[in-house]
Amino acid sequence: MATDPSSTPPVSGTRVGDLAHARSGDKGNRANIGVVAFSQSSYRLLEQRLTAELVAEYFRPLGVGEVRRYELPGILALNFVLDHALGGGASQSLRIDSQGKALGVALLELRLPDL
Amino acid sequence: MTAERTLRIGNGAGFWGDNLDVPELLVRTGDLDVLTLEYLAELTLAILSHLRSRDADSGFIPDFPELVPRLVPCLRDQPALKIVTNAGGLNPLACARGCARKLVQAGLGETVLGVVTGDDLLERIPGWIADQVDLAHMETGEPISTVADRLVSANVYLGAEPIARVLNDEARIALTGRVADASLTLGPALSHFGWAWDDWDRLAGASAAGHVIECGAQATGGLWHRWDAIPDLANVGYPIAEVDHNGQSVITKPEGSGGLVTPGTVAEQIVYEIDDPTCYRTPDVDVDLTGIRLNDEGANRVALRGARGRPPGTRLKVAAVYRNGWTASGMLAVVGQGAAAKAKAAGALLLQRVRRAGFTLAETLVECLGAGEVVPGLLRPQAPPLEVMLRVSVRDENRKAVERFCREFAPLVTSGPSGIAGYATGRPSARPAFGYWPTLVDRTLIEARTRVATAEEWSREIA
Repeated sequence: MATDPSSTPPVSGTRVGDLAHARSGDKGNRANIGVVAFSQSSYRLLEQRLTAELVAEYFRPLGVGEVRRYELPGILALNFVLDHALGGGASQSLRIDSQGKALGVALLELRLPDL
Repeated sequence: MTAERTLRIGNGAGFWGDNLDVPELLVRTGDLDVLTLEYLAELTLAILSHLRSRDADSGFIPDFPELVPRLVPCLRDQPALKIVTNAGGLNPLACARGCARKLVQAGLGETVLGVVTGDDLLERIPGWIADQVDLAHMETGEPISTVADRLVSANVYLGAEPIARVLNDEARIALTGRVADASLTLGPALSHFGWAWDDWDRLAGASAAGHVIECGAQATGGLWHRWDAIPDLANVGYPIAEVDHNGQSVITKPEGSGGLVTPGTVAEQIVYEIDDPTCYRTPDVDVDLTGIRLNDEGANRVALRGARGRPPGTRLKVAAVYRNGWTASGMLAVVGQGAAAKAKAAGALLLQRVRRAGFTLAETLVECLGAGEVVPGLLRPQAPPLEVMLRVSVRDENRKAVERFCREFAPLVTSGPSGIAGYATGRPSARPAFGYWPTLVDRTLIEARTRVATAEEWSREIA
């Protein structure tokens, strides 16, 4: 179960899913993952450590190319856009998750590294 | 029109195949001014083109005319109710005729239907290619000539203006083909409040609300991470945007319905299927979502404020789809020690037999679901699974090769590894595969057309 770590300072190795919830989907052959933090402090931590580079590295086994990150501080959200994430896009991919619906929950299992 | 009153817009469908009971229920319990129904995902029009190739009078979303008899009592009891939907798909005129016949049968022949067309560009593409109009793929930059002879649909995303136009002409039902999802909400808001076309922040506010409600129950508890803590998800209420005269809104759901509306459920939907949030593009307005603030007003009410708008670009998005051969995929359960290895072997065996039969397949994929392959290479099981789902998928230009593949599942009953179950679900079938071609076209080449008439008049029309 997700807990808000705002009362105790988080340490490296924290699961993204303990700081935020997420939702993902497709646009052509791109996928996006919206990550929404449980609190201001979780948002700041994610903003600091959940970089585009880290997310790109995490999803490398899927053949993901460039990852861009956008910040929406007013709603405590980060938006990640992943190029080449869907093996040809929803129309052509043979994968069961051709629309990238599972990428969001997969990202919640990433553990944050040290700064 | 009263400018100060809020406009309650409820979205009762987030895709073709969404719950058929919801639209009527939402109108009955949601105190709606406007019911919107959004049916068209990126590939939906390609599937509709496949249907239309067999019957020239089809090509729209059949769910909507089927729904009309159930909505008739609502239209009768709530004289101000309006319905806005992109159910017209590839053939809004045929959809209008179908709806009109049902309305006439129900004694509502006076109901006014407005139809928006002009989004279908398929027949114009060859001429544009000859005129060297740039229709390059938005992501790859390839010229459209590479797929031109295989195109099955090409539709520009129209905006809110023609929707507002037919509503201003007294239509109670506005039927469109491809329009931007957010425009289904902005159109009735524009008609109601009479905003100016360059009142960008108001347009942006209503568009943001439309973006939040466009996927139905996703805004009201669907896909929520605390799925085990949502009240009465079986009876989930579909989302309602109460839009005010400034374009700001409250996102909510019908009283007494299940589900959940919190800043969290709304925030997830704001970042759903978007690219750069400083520029969420619609045909009507470029919306900056980054200034949005969500305020929990309690009781499943969340205020959405702070969207900013800028003039939209000079080019409109086009979603084109081309035929890309045939595809099929089938699944079997594989059980016992070494389940993953057995599944892989069974998949390889099956494909080997297709080759032995003299067929090659351009693309094949063997997935072992339960062994960490839904998101390949990321979420590995902690111990070797004792059961997995084998999923084998193929694509090829040759329909016969794909059909032969479909026939190779059953023989595994007696000639595959031990511990395979699930044959009773039947043979998979070959279906057309499609490729998606997003591109941009200059606004000046596009003209949205509208036609408004009574159901009585529409029903007398012949295709």
